[in-house]
Amino acid sequence: MSDFTSNFWNLYIVILTVAALLFCVWILAVVGKREEKAASKTTHVWDGDLTEYNNPLPNWWRGLFWALLIFSVGYLIYYPGLGSFKGLGGWSQVGQFDQEMRALEAKTKPMYDGFLAMSAEDLSKDQKAMGTAERIFQNECARCHGSDARGAIGFKNLRSGAWNWGGSPAEIEESIAEGRTGVMLPMGEALGGSDGVQSVVAYVRALSGLPHDANLVAQGEVLFDENCTSCHGNDARGMKEIGAPDLTDSDWDYGSSEKAMAKIVEFGHNSELEEGAFAMPAHKGVLSTGQIHLLTSYVWGLTNK
Amino acid sequence: MAVIWGIVGLLVGLVISVQLLWPAFNFDLPWLTYGRLRPLHTNAIIFAFGGCALFGTSYYIVQRTCQTRLFASGLASFTFWGWQLVILLAALSLIMGFTTGKEYAELEWPIDLLIAVVWVSYAVVFFGTLAIRRTPHIYVANWFYGAMIIAIAVLHIFNSVEIPVTFFKSYSAYAGVHDAMVQWWYGHNAVGFFLTAGFLGMMYYFVPKQAGRPIYSYRLSIVHFWALIFIYMWAGPHHLLYTALPDWAQTLGMLFSVILLAPSWGGMINGIMTLSGAWHRLREDPILKFLIVALSFYGMSTFEGPALSIKTINALSHYTDWTIGHVHSGALGWVGFITMGSLYYLIPRLYGRTEMWSVKLVNIHFWIATIGIVLYVAALWIAGVMQGLMWRAVHEDGTLVYTFVEGVKASYPFYVIRLVGGLLYFLGMLLMFYNMLKTIGQGKSVDAAVPTATAPAHA
Repeated sequence: MSDFTSNFWNLYIVILTVAALLFCVWILAVVGKREEKAASKTTHVWDGDLTEYNNPLPNWWRGLFWALLIFSVGYLIYYPGLGSFKGLGGWSQVGQFDQEMRALEAKTKPMYDGFLAMSAEDLSKDQKAMGTAERIFQNECARCHGSDARGAIGFKNLRSGAWNWGGSPAEIEESIAEGRTGVMLPMGEALGGSDGVQSVVAYVRALSGLPHDANLVAQGEVLFDENCTSCHGNDARGMKEIGAPDLTDSDWDYGSSEKAMAKIVEFGHNSELEEGAFAMPAHKGVLSTGQIHLLTSYVWGLTNK
Repeated sequence: MAVIWGIVGLLVGLVISVQLLWPAFNFDLPWLTYGRLRPLHTNAIIFAFGGCALFGTSYYIVQRTCQTRLFASGLASFTFWGWQLVILLAALSLIMGFTTGKEYAELEWPIDLLIAVVWVSYAVVFFGTLAIRRTPHIYVANWFYGAMIIAIAVLHIFNSVEIPVTFFKSYSAYAGVHDAMVQWWYGHNAVGFFLTAGFLGMMYYFVPKQAGRPIYSYRLSIVHFWALIFIYMWAGPHHLLYTALPDWAQTLGMLFSVILLAPSWGGMINGIMTLSGAWHRLREDPILKFLIVALSFYGMSTFEGPALSIKTINALSHYTDWTIGHVHSGALGWVGFITMGSLYYLIPRLYGRTEMWSVKLVNIHFWIATIGIVLYVAALWIAGVMQGLMWRAVHEDGTLVYTFVEGVKASYPFYVIRLVGGLLYFLGMLLMFYNMLKTIGQGKSVDAAVPTATAPAHA
């Protein structure tokens, strides 16, 4: 905090730095002074036979040391280093970063402007644009959705064609830009414990043609109609306004085993609160509008060829 | 013990390099995971292998060159047992998962306190011995050991200032970028004083002794010693280039690292020029081979270090395996070889002999280890530069050409070569161990006569 009110630390650094360089100059120029006389031996002897020559410093080494010192002085004049002195060159690492990013933006702006002028549908047919999109996808999206875009347990499979939040380009674009947080309420208690959970699971599995215990389906349907339709809909086909998935298709974000499904039904799932669960983060601000539009067309194109 | 800990350290290094190839090599056991073994590997090499070598050789050299007995020999024994205890506790606590998270300073606070006590005792013994010396001058090797002892005490104590929460957990007293700066001030000087100055001390005794030649230049010793220990203290920030560290601190770290090239090479010149005149003996003397190759790797690493600390180069090399390669060319080439050469000189003399049980085995060790280092270092250079280039490759449309995982995939063959190199080096160390046992078995421990003061009065 004292940097705001006094110049002490600035001076401290400047003086220390200059003193350090002067020390090097002194030790090189005075202690290591040039000597013309040939090698002599010091009179020191240790441990019986340890002795020393007193050869002069090799000239190339002395020259190297001087060159490094002179380089340092020049560097300190041009670049920031001496306390708060900014250097004549006006360089800063933030400045360098901004400059490089601006240069890149300026260079790619016409390309992205062109993308933004196209619809996602048209853009997804542009081979070259999709090459660009593929590289962005691999660097920005693949770590969750996989390099083949097929996702993993808890991470959306983008090739299944099943969209919790809607699969139109506009809806996909919103998912990327604003992010999505999926919530499944814990239903264990409402369903009357694990028997109820098992019945609902059996019913849901029957809906999507998965192997199930047929004896439980009737009971499950009753419970489903009472407890689940408000989100997943009367036809169990989900509700994209709140991200409730379609339960009749073959796409299962958290696995299709009976055990995995029972766990989700009983304990629910909140991708914002639950440890080890991930929400889709918002990407506006991370990616440019042009990049988001490009990715939208890429992701849409994965299932709409 | 240096040899034994060297074997342990290298073995752990091998295990983790295998894990890089086959991640399942940790067998799903938490205490065999990479995150725990990696600090164990670095600590074992630096502080167990390097530390024991420094303790042992410094006690030997300071007695020989001061021509007197150790001051407080009971305390010296304490430093041995204390240090072994530190190593044991370190090994146990690190694999159990206790760590402060600070590189090369992972040990928790009770062990830090023990280190401080042992280290101060070491200082008392060493400087006490210097004080009662029977020679008019302090030999140059002792300057370097002395500087190392003082600097490490300061570094260890200041970097380890931490607030204990429980017996097993503490938090650093510094926060954020300050903590990073203190950490790398410590971290780089651990390299500078422990692994450079300390081992230069070793070089300054064993090279002239084994070569039977006088030190090349007393004046050069003075100039490069003071310049080296003075400048090294400034070099830490080069570990933090292009980070939240302010620009001025980065600049100073870079510049003093670059200047450091000259004083570092001063030591190399003094070593190599001391050997000159004994070149013909290189053919039959494997110990000299170890020493000269150590000096060569020292010269190369101390050129590479300043180069890597230049911002432009660092932007390419940072976070890649180039850095790992650099460290290993220093650790395997310089620290390892100078220690092996020195120990091959020292061990027979402690047992009333002048040569190891098998000089031929020393020679084989030399060649195996040299090939090992070359494979290791070259593989990581290539892998490192390749990673740096892949990470920064930008397509003309402004996107990154490669994903991170493609860089990992491309590094895979080089990790295999590095493992082979490491294995060879490890084999060499086993040969050394066998040779050492045989040598000890044939001789018997002697108390060498204190050399009589033959130095003429200062003319």
